[in-house]
Amino acid sequence: MRFSSTIRVALRALRRNKMRSILTALGIIIGIGAVITVVSMGNGTKARIEAQVAALGRNIITVYPGSSSSGGMRGGFGSSVTLTVEDAEAIAAEVADIDGVSPEVRDRNQVLANGLNWSTNINGESPDYPYIKNWNIVAGSMFSDQDVKSLAKVAVIGKTVVDQLFPNEDPIGQTLRIRNLPFRVVGVLDVKGFSLFGSDQDDVVIIPYTSHMKRVSRRANISTILVQGASPEKLDVVKQHIEDLLTQRRKGREPDFTVRTQEELAATATANSEAMTFLLMGVALVSLVVGGIGVMNIMLVSVTERTREIGIRLAIGAHGRDVLTQFLIEAILLSLLGGVLGILSGIGASNLASIYMGIPTLIAPWSIGVAVGVSSVIGLCFGFFPALKAARLDPIEALRYE
Amino acid sequence: MAPVVQIEEIHKIYESGEVPVHAVRGVSLDIHKGEFVALMGASGSGKSTLMNLLGCLDRPTKGTYKLDGIDVSGLDKNELADLRNRKLGFVFQGFNLLARTSALENVELPMLYGRHRRMSTAQIRDRAMECLESVGLTNRADHMPNQLSGGQQQRVAIARGLVNQPQVLLADEPTGNLDSRTSVEVMGVFQKLNEAGITIVMVTHELDIARYCKRNLILRDGVVVRDEAVKDRSIAAEELAKLKTAETAAKLLASPAA
Repeated sequence: MRFSSTIRVALRALRRNKMRSILTALGIIIGIGAVITVVSMGNGTKARIEAQVAALGRNIITVYPGSSSSGGMRGGFGSSVTLTVEDAEAIAAEVADIDGVSPEVRDRNQVLANGLNWSTNINGESPDYPYIKNWNIVAGSMFSDQDVKSLAKVAVIGKTVVDQLFPNEDPIGQTLRIRNLPFRVVGVLDVKGFSLFGSDQDDVVIIPYTSHMKRVSRRANISTILVQGASPEKLDVVKQHIEDLLTQRRKGREPDFTVRTQEELAATATANSEAMTFLLMGVALVSLVVGGIGVMNIMLVSVTERTREIGIRLAIGAHGRDVLTQFLIEAILLSLLGGVLGILSGIGASNLASIYMGIPTLIAPWSIGVAVGVSSVIGLCFGFFPALKAARLDPIEALRYE
Repeated sequence: MAPVVQIEEIHKIYESGEVPVHAVRGVSLDIHKGEFVALMGASGSGKSTLMNLLGCLDRPTKGTYKLDGIDVSGLDKNELADLRNRKLGFVFQGFNLLARTSALENVELPMLYGRHRRMSTAQIRDRAMECLESVGLTNRADHMPNQLSGGQQQRVAIARGLVNQPQVLLADEPTGNLDSRTSVEVMGVFQKLNEAGITIVMVTHELDIARYCKRNLILRDGVVVRDEAVKDRSIAAEELAKLKTAETAAKLLASPAA
């Protein structure tokens, strides 16, 4: 039978039992709707996390020191301090496609100013730091390379520190004391808010790393090295170069460092929400299978009801295949109808979720494609058995069926 | 000219039950182009089985059946379907029209299958209208079966049977569900078609209906016990005229002469 008339016959059969068709499609509608909603929620959460990661800075590669081990006790990452300023300088000098390097020294210390005091993070950085972290200076300016060379006692401070130590005045030009050493405030950082991991990023005092190492923490090693890649595409190559360079500098010793890109960081952060999305998707898929069984059930009823019609068609020259196709198309149309309505209700549900429940949602275009594909496959699979049953009917028996 | 239907020593045995049923026990039969045959017999005489065999809906257990020169026994299910589609037209007792499908679309149905796939929609429509015209139902083309009387439905079924220009039109108790007057009308349609050269084989158990045919076959216990030409054949047009006169007479009698 020609395709257009097959479609027409199938549509007519579905229209004939409107209520039944809609109720049958409901199983598919709910299943597809659930898949679309869950995927859009997962997608939205992922996009939000990615935005937060992007706010950390652009194309950042971080070099962490390796683990230490003493007398059989092994510390975790960062337990030893094996990175040196020379490592950072070598990276800056030898690795191509990088826009900035900042050796980082981190510490917590009490800071005094104005007769107030505040315990905060004291970070030693290079002048590249605000650029690497995509972090603007809203007042004053970043310290310079000259300040790094001369171990200058200058500081750039975050908004939280401003609020705590200089509540009612302009902090620029003021002095704050770290370990009793006076540091002049030369700049104030823009508000950045909380990090992915819940810490207040604005609670920070940034000073030249040289000043930090020689004057404040008095240590020979640095905590981490921040490197900014020139482009996201080359990040993996840059990472490889850094690893090679540092390994070479270790001259055959066990590598005592770890290099991580921002993408890897983001991947860790999104892993949880992805696992949740997959779990929920599994549940939604189970409901789709249940919907498919509903389709099969109704198709079996439909075949039985139309036994005579099948008999007529077979008697006047339809092949088994023609009848098979007819019922398959009907099942596929039925589940596709459910699929389309499911997509619409899924879009509606995810909009409601983001409006009333504050869950970030983002409809994934691929999920719509998958929904259409899955619903037609369901129609095909669950419609096949009833269609085969119809195609195998004996025309004489079928014509005699009451 | 070779007969359209050529049956030799045909047998049909059903093995499905506990005891094998020998429904047709050696029937030989030739039907030539232009014949109008009635198959008669009591229930259980094997006439329905013979009809199914003639209609290529079933295959004989033994014997040969050539339809328009083609030996049917060697064909598979799909080849049989194509043969039915090409060579045969079916008219059933219960009309067997597709419900909620217009008369025209019912007539089009056989053209949707088999070799007619390549016909255009317009060609199919034209051919279906032609056939509806030949049974006098052009003005009912868009009606659904439930909007048609029994006689009209059977005429739609006849049109459907004719649409592929079959070698033989097979009718299984075509008047079984109709009142006597409508039966005569339907027989009139068959007679008209037969005059136009169409070969018709019908099953009936009504003697007076069989008298509209040209040849009567009587079956008993799976064999043909009588095969004779109809003498004093009924002509539908005349019978209808008689009925009309009788009705008028009845009306005159019934109405009180004021």
